Amino acid sequence: MDSATSDQTSKPGQHLAPTITRSVKVLVVGAFGVGKTTLIGAVSEIEPLRTEEMITTASVGVDPVDGLQGKTTTTVAMDFGRVTLSPEMALYLFGTPGQRRFWDLWSGLADGAVGALVMIDTRHLEDSFEVLDQLELRTKTPFAVVVNQFPDAPKYPAERLRAALDLLPQTPIVVCDARDRTSAVNALITLVEHALTFPMFQKVLA
Amino acid sequence: MTEEYRDHPVRSYVLTSGRAHPTRNTLRPETLLVAVDGRAVPATLSRPQRELLRLCRGTLALAEAAAYLAMPVSLVAVMVSDLVDTGHLTIRSNHQAHVLPPRDVLEKVLDGLRNL
Repeated sequence: MDSATSDQTSKPGQHLAPTITRSVKVLVVGAFGVGKTTLIGAVSEIEPLRTEEMITTASVGVDPVDGLQGKTTTTVAMDFGRVTLSPEMALYLFGTPGQRRFWDLWSGLADGAVGALVMIDTRHLEDSFEVLDQLELRTKTPFAVVVNQFPDAPKYPAERLRAALDLLPQTPIVVCDARDRTSAVNALITLVEHALTFPMFQKVLA
Repeated sequence: MTEEYRDHPVRSYVLTSGRAHPTRNTLRPETLLVAVDGRAVPATLSRPQRELLRLCRGTLALAEAAAYLAMPVSLVAVMVSDLVDTGHLTIRSNHQAHVLPPRDVLEKVLDGLRNL
């Protein structure tokens, strides 16, 4: 029972250091294929992990067609990673589905987050509208917009993106190569700096 | 109890006696878990519960435990909650619901990121 070698699910190095007593999280939000898992993988000290929740199609908002009988279940996946920030603290990066309503599949996912990185692809700006609307309207979570600079994506000046996405003047826009660790960490730094200016946490408002 | 073990798919929530919600609501995907040292693992625990305790010999977040068990976080949260109630598992990090982390925590996050 104490044989470590028979413990196939427990890979070396997967545990946090025993001194870690606090975890914080950042949500990495964006449409499918925008590079959420790439960015998480660039920062994470473990291979990104995936966890899935089951839902019924009734809750997906998809109209059943062709006389579909009964409930059909499907899964919504979330990829995530982690990075140790100090001997006491670990940061988790949760790559959450674009639609805000799916976040509720993971109880408490949006509660207490440092903030959210909203990843966008300038070839598909319209994919990010729903995410941005819902972050602005339904949460108090600070967020920064991360432009994942795909090689063939058009490059727009930040102010044109701000106008196109109807962002507040103070919302940071970071251009990033999600594959590059320094670039991804820089996006996180920008987010936390922004969160530190956020009135919500300086004085708790309703 | 003497019935031979057969590996067949079961509805996941059989493992939680049909419960979809944990006995506590402070569990978040990033909540840190660690097994209580030296507690004997009772034979009455289910196999997934024993696997969960084994995984938590070192500190792990709830989401990590769920990913390694290939089970939904919501389901593992119920198992975790039960094992905390029975004294086999402890929660290492506490979270306040609905609020951002305090300023000193954000500053530590920033320091940590700058040192990566």
